[in-house]
Amino acid sequence: MITATVFLPLLGAVVAGLFGRFIGDRAAQIVTCTLLIASAVMAGLIFQKVALGGEAQTVVIAEWIRSGTMAVNWSLKVDTLTAVMLIVVTWVSAAVHVYSVGYMSHDPSIWRFQSYLSLFTFAMLMLVTSDNLVQMFFGWEGVGVASYLLIGFWYEKPSASAAAIKAFVVNRVGDFGFALGIFGVYVLFGSVGFDAIFAAAPDKAAASINFFGVEWHAITICCLLLFVGAMGKSAQLGLHTWLPDAMEGPTPVSALIHAATMVTAGVFMVARMSPLFEFSDTALTVVTVVGAATAIFAATVGCVQNDIKRVIAYSTCSQLGYMFFAIGVSAYQAAIFHLMTHAFFKALLFLGAGSVIHAMSDEQDIRRMGGIWKHVKVTWVLMWIGSLALAGIPFFAGYYSKDTILEAAWASHTLAGQGAYWLGCTAAFLTAFYSWRLLLLTFHGRPRADEHVMAHVHESPAVMLIPLLFLAGGALFAGWAGYEAFVGHHNQDFWRSSILVTAAHPSLENAHHVPSWVALLPTVVAVSGIALAYLFYVFAPGLPVALANTFKGVHQFLLNKWYFDELYDWLFVKPAFKLGRGLWQGGDGALIDGVGPDGVAAATRVVAQKVARMQSGYLYHYAYAMLIGVAAFVTWYIFNAR
Amino acid sequence: MIQTSDLVPVLPEIFIALAGLALLMLGVFRKEDSTKSVSVLVILAFGAAMVLVSSLGAERLTAFNGLFVADRFAGFAKGLVLVASAIALAMSLPYLEREKIGRFEYPVLVLFATLGMMMMISANDFIALYLGLELQSLSLYVLAAYNRDNAKATEAGLKYFVLGSLASGLLLYGISLLYGFAGTTSFEGLANLFAGGHEHPVKPNMGVIAGLVFVLAGLSFKVSAVPFHMWAPDVYEGAPTPVTSFFAVAPKIAALCLLTRVMTGPFADLVEQWRQVVTFIAIGSMFVGAFAAVVQTNIKRLMAYSSIGHVGFVLVGIAAGSTLGIQGVLIYLAIYLFMNVGVFAVVLSMRQKGRLVEGIDDLAGLSKTHPMMAFVMAVLMFSMAGVPPLAGFWGKFYVFMAAVEAGQFTLAIIGLLSSVVSAYYYLRIIKVMYFDEPVEAFDKPVGASMSLVMAVSTIVILAFTLIPAPLVTSAKAAAQVLFPAAG
Repeated sequence: MITATVFLPLLGAVVAGLFGRFIGDRAAQIVTCTLLIASAVMAGLIFQKVALGGEAQTVVIAEWIRSGTMAVNWSLKVDTLTAVMLIVVTWVSAAVHVYSVGYMSHDPSIWRFQSYLSLFTFAMLMLVTSDNLVQMFFGWEGVGVASYLLIGFWYEKPSASAAAIKAFVVNRVGDFGFALGIFGVYVLFGSVGFDAIFAAAPDKAAASINFFGVEWHAITICCLLLFVGAMGKSAQLGLHTWLPDAMEGPTPVSALIHAATMVTAGVFMVARMSPLFEFSDTALTVVTVVGAATAIFAATVGCVQNDIKRVIAYSTCSQLGYMFFAIGVSAYQAAIFHLMTHAFFKALLFLGAGSVIHAMSDEQDIRRMGGIWKHVKVTWVLMWIGSLALAGIPFFAGYYSKDTILEAAWASHTLAGQGAYWLGCTAAFLTAFYSWRLLLLTFHGRPRADEHVMAHVHESPAVMLIPLLFLAGGALFAGWAGYEAFVGHHNQDFWRSSILVTAAHPSLENAHHVPSWVALLPTVVAVSGIALAYLFYVFAPGLPVALANTFKGVHQFLLNKWYFDELYDWLFVKPAFKLGRGLWQGGDGALIDGVGPDGVAAATRVVAQKVARMQSGYLYHYAYAMLIGVAAFVTWYIFNAR
Repeated sequence: MIQTSDLVPVLPEIFIALAGLALLMLGVFRKEDSTKSVSVLVILAFGAAMVLVSSLGAERLTAFNGLFVADRFAGFAKGLVLVASAIALAMSLPYLEREKIGRFEYPVLVLFATLGMMMMISANDFIALYLGLELQSLSLYVLAAYNRDNAKATEAGLKYFVLGSLASGLLLYGISLLYGFAGTTSFEGLANLFAGGHEHPVKPNMGVIAGLVFVLAGLSFKVSAVPFHMWAPDVYEGAPTPVTSFFAVAPKIAALCLLTRVMTGPFADLVEQWRQVVTFIAIGSMFVGAFAAVVQTNIKRLMAYSSIGHVGFVLVGIAAGSTLGIQGVLIYLAIYLFMNVGVFAVVLSMRQKGRLVEGIDDLAGLSKTHPMMAFVMAVLMFSMAGVPPLAGFWGKFYVFMAAVEAGQFTLAIIGLLSSVVSAYYYLRIIKVMYFDEPVEAFDKPVGASMSLVMAVSTIVILAFTLIPAPLVTSAKAAAQVLFPAAG
């Protein structure tokens, strides 16, 4: 059953990808959706058996690599952590598959899209079911490829192609770190299998490794390298620049890959490696700081963006920051809990945004929307649910997970944890603000779109709304339903051995005993954020403009996303182009070609002409040459006579 | 005294000579034009001679007091020469008829030239050598100027004659020097002398060396090796194309076999001395053959430089001075024979509106107008360039391997480099045929004999890689008789 769950999407991808041309769009849609739904149902059964029933298991499929002492298998390891991921991946993916049938109905290459989606799902499942680092890397790269293909799905659009390349290149930086991390782990433990690594981790807690001639704490180095990989995939501050651009892809892709699943792969990977991270306080502190910084950074930028999808993209970036600083304070369970709830409400928001875009004739700028709630009532309600969950309003899904994270951060009693708490609360305020800014500008107020567009505003078809309703159910109830099991007092009974938290890091346990103001503050700031949004965009619409003009510098700074792209462009991209051009024109063209092939060829021609010119046609020249030859040979012997 | 047993080893030559005389009579006394019938009879005579040659067996026989020798080496070489001459003559016929210059002397001259070559190959004494060489040369001079109404052809014939005489002079002078310092012109006598088997062993002194150089110069002229090559491009271009195709193959093979026998026979123990000159000549020939051909626009001139280059490669094998080297030489010559007749069959088919054209540009777009001919030419060009798995590659492989085994690394490396350069002009022809826009198409039909030659040569070139054994083993057996000591 586990094997089928993982490989059914691959089957769908192959059928739709290789034969989509022949079987037609409709057949490709039916095949991929059916297989994915089957996979999702089985994932539910697996969750029932493994997470609730406690029957963790590993299925070995085949031997992959055997070289010296290195042995890598293709195998599917399913424990509670994986079971949760299976649920998230297959359910959201199934919803997105179905939704795409409606959303992409006017696209000329539907079968290709469905095939890519299924391929992505397969790679993601390989990633989460891996029992070793190498297979995980396979899945890791697989989702990277699928992401590249899907961001650049409309490859005739230059901006889409550029965004796809950017995503791929930025991810390479992270992947390089991940690969080095795998090498480091192998050097340290002599194995890439999780079970072997985790079993040996306590013994290696004090080991050191020589790196650039200095002795370092070995596990810290490995963890930091692995975290670089996670930063790339999960768009953490520094390596986040690709995620907003990735919104060039079709909206279902943004929902599946760039909100619910792939970007959370980094979170999953670090949680999976918890038995390693637990032995390095330095690495955990770094994770906390990076996570908190990302959360606040992305939230500030999200407040001023005008593209509906980019606002949600920065929101995703920010929420991933929350997950990471939860990990940083050893609240892995809370991180995964938030991962799950976030997957539902963020996919809901993205697909809802897609529904809006669909209704608005492909308009994405929220400044040109407004007042459409009457026309798209279902979407409107669903977007409200998603936003309430995102803002962490009580009893919606996000409330449970986000509050747990913030409480755990406060309860960690470390400087980084405390800082993360305060930054997290500020970010929660901003989150609520930009969520309602989006809602109010999109659905409420007077219409700002032209009459032509407004005349066409229509509710999406059922095939798009049903997945939305499904996800809304998750956004409503996932937090409430999962709270006790995921992060409650007895969460150890749920997670069992899949996550390790040492006694030195009791933050999650402490989170249940924090002062009441700590627990209440996030809700208070969220409500104030909503109130501020109402003030700005309903009661005093002139205020934001006045503010933006007064604090022009700050506004520009935020609008330009802290100038990260410009900085990277100046720091890496331009020099890389310059270097490339230099090596190409100077190194390859002038030096290698000039002295090598071209130079030799030119010299050959010159020599050839000289040799041919000796052929004068005059008899006496020829005779002369012969006699000179004989004379030269005889002279040679006279002077070389022994 | 001539004994009857003396005549057995010479039977093929005697047969050819008598056939020549008979056919001359036939030509003179027949009223109508007899070019065709005489040609056919000459080709038949070559075939018969071939049977006689092969019937002589593996034994080493001498005749006329050791002036003449028949052994496996001679048999192999004569086989190649007879095949080459027969094919060249067969390819000449359509041309002669079309140009209306057919006269029965033409086949007879080819026959006497071939007789000279056979005598050269079997020479075992410098006097016999000279006789064979002159019989061949005189016939060739006439053939070069055969189209006597054509200024270019007569110029070619004259140049060839004057320079050939000079070369013969050098050769004779070298022979007289050798005789003066060694007291004999017999190959065996000289070999014994230098090997130290004589009562008064002769040290390789200055006079002997000078004689050796002069002999080498004379023979180098015949094989058109640098710096005695300059006649070749002019004569190849000027002479009628069938004559060129004859020149390019049979006399080259004969002269190279002769050179091989001289270097490994009487001068076997002077290998350290002659190797220096042969190395230089080989390098020069490969170099000139590679570079000068790059700028040629006339296909016959190009073939002249190409053959100079090939001679360079063959000399690499001779310079190795070992059984392996000579085996390589013989394999190379056999492959060279088929490559060249194939190419000349194509060149002879290059007719536009009944007129023969010779420009490389005229081949443009041949792949579209004559796909089969273009394919044949492409195979031959790849083979000439030494592209595996075609036969030309193996020819080069054997001589370079021999050079490496003999420790001649410089020679092998320079050879490889020059074969890279020469690949340029071979591949350029393929490029012109396959990638340039077609100009005027060549006349059809190509003719049965041409098609046959093209087909046979292509098959041989392609098949050698699959079934190399017959050629390789017979070449090895032939090479071994030159090194009786090595057994």
